[in-house]
Amino acid sequence: MPKYAALLYGPAETEGQGTEEDWAHTMDEYNEFGQKAGAAGVIAGGEALHDTPTATTVRVEGGKGGEVIHTDGPFAETKEVLGGFYLLDCADLDEALQWAAQIPAAWHGKVEVRPVVEFPQDQ
Amino acid sequence: MSPDVAETLRIEGGRVLATLIRLTRDFQLAEDALQEAAVAALEGWLRNGVPDNPAAWLTTVARNKALDRMRRESSRRMKEAEALALVPEPTEPNGIDDRLRLMFTCCHPALSPPARVALTLRTISGLTTQEIARAFLVSDATMGQRISRAKRKIAVANIPYRVPEDEELSDRLPAVLAVVYLIFTTGHHPPYGSFTGRVDMAEEALRLGRTLMELMPDEPEVLGVVALMIATHARRDARLDADGDIVLLADQDRTRWDRKAIEEAGDLVDRALRRRRPGPYQVQAAIACLHGLASSDAETDWRQIVDLYRILETMLPSGVVRTNRAVAEAKVFGPDEGLRVLGEVSGLEEWHLYWTTDAELRRQVGDLSAAALSYRKALRCEMNDADRRLVEQRLRQLDP
Repeated sequence: MPKYAALLYGPAETEGQGTEEDWAHTMDEYNEFGQKAGAAGVIAGGEALHDTPTATTVRVEGGKGGEVIHTDGPFAETKEVLGGFYLLDCADLDEALQWAAQIPAAWHGKVEVRPVVEFPQDQ
Repeated sequence: MSPDVAETLRIEGGRVLATLIRLTRDFQLAEDALQEAAVAALEGWLRNGVPDNPAAWLTTVARNKALDRMRRESSRRMKEAEALALVPEPTEPNGIDDRLRLMFTCCHPALSPPARVALTLRTISGLTTQEIARAFLVSDATMGQRISRAKRKIAVANIPYRVPEDEELSDRLPAVLAVVYLIFTTGHHPPYGSFTGRVDMAEEALRLGRTLMELMPDEPEVLGVVALMIATHARRDARLDADGDIVLLADQDRTRWDRKAIEEAGDLVDRALRRRRPGPYQVQAAIACLHGLASSDAETDWRQIVDLYRILETMLPSGVVRTNRAVAEAKVFGPDEGLRVLGEVSGLEEWHLYWTTDAELRRQVGDLSAAALSYRKALRCEMNDADRRLVEQRLRQLDP
């Protein structure tokens, strides 16, 4: 069964934004999705990520063994940031897109669906 | 090449390719295998004649070529090859024509609209990458890359090869119809470049539409898009004069319209409307038929055309529809009313027909300097060569 990464993008959280109730409501939405997709056996993994100020971007200049350059922050500084991801086990892209549309980030922000590379196991 | 053999290959090729893609789940492999089978067919058929069932012949030979390629390619694909070998007769499951599956896959919403168009023309119509590149005025390399990227995405992201279930169909069908109609308008009224002398995309779109209609005879919007294309195409011979200049609808020699085609379109619209699921293509087809059946511009039932444009705008609220409605409103209620409706359009400053509509209405109310200004703005937009000559001519007529 192919795996798809559903990457959850949304507005960057800023301190003191949104009420307690908003937050609780969003958590309920995620729990609802987790229960539904979990019961269907679709979720193969996933994590929530800390906010983008905690991100460090790593790049090695001049090829392997070259100078390691760290940049504070995410790869691309945009209004919408990667907040977390699910790994979805789905038969095809249509099924993955149907599940992705039920992830709360789809209406709070956007969900990017990417097929996961499957490396051959037995060679 | 004997025209018989060539024509058979072209007609049957799309169908065979669609089946091969279902069996191999690999666009490139299917294309390569069909290519090899076509070469074998040419040699055999020229000597012994075309077999009774050329599609079955081609499918069997191409399937074996695909098997050979899979076996050669790597051991990793052996399992797939074995599975393919086990399929004794490549019949189509659920009685659904493979070409319909292929259309929905090529027009999948996960592909970009230009990629959908290119892939449809490449696989279903069997046009070469060069022919498609020329029709859309991009380089062969750009078009080749667009097509190979789309094929890769279908394979890697596992875009399914099936016709959507009934409940998704209403979401997915418009994308297929949009591709067919975009191919048609590119041929019928090129947005840029030369007006004539391209591979006839309008004919190609009609072929695609008729295939779609044969496969989905109960979908009113499918009937609608085919009727719209037929009724529009029926006027093609009257659109240009001997010098290759555009003749506007009002001035066209209506005896040069294909009356039989317009009647066929009218019948299709009737058939579609009886299903009581109206949609934007049915409404546009009805408008095209009203134009087609009128004996002159003055005799045209503009009142009904206004009503239809109003309905169309509720279905498809866009500036392009409103611009067309403004023309019809002006015919019924006068140019001031046309200008008022057109005044509600925004964001179409790059579209030459928005400016020429504005210019014509301003000319009619007697504001010649405003009309000239709008024609000049039209000239700054992208358009084909014949349209440009027409705008230049209208501008000159204002200001002798």
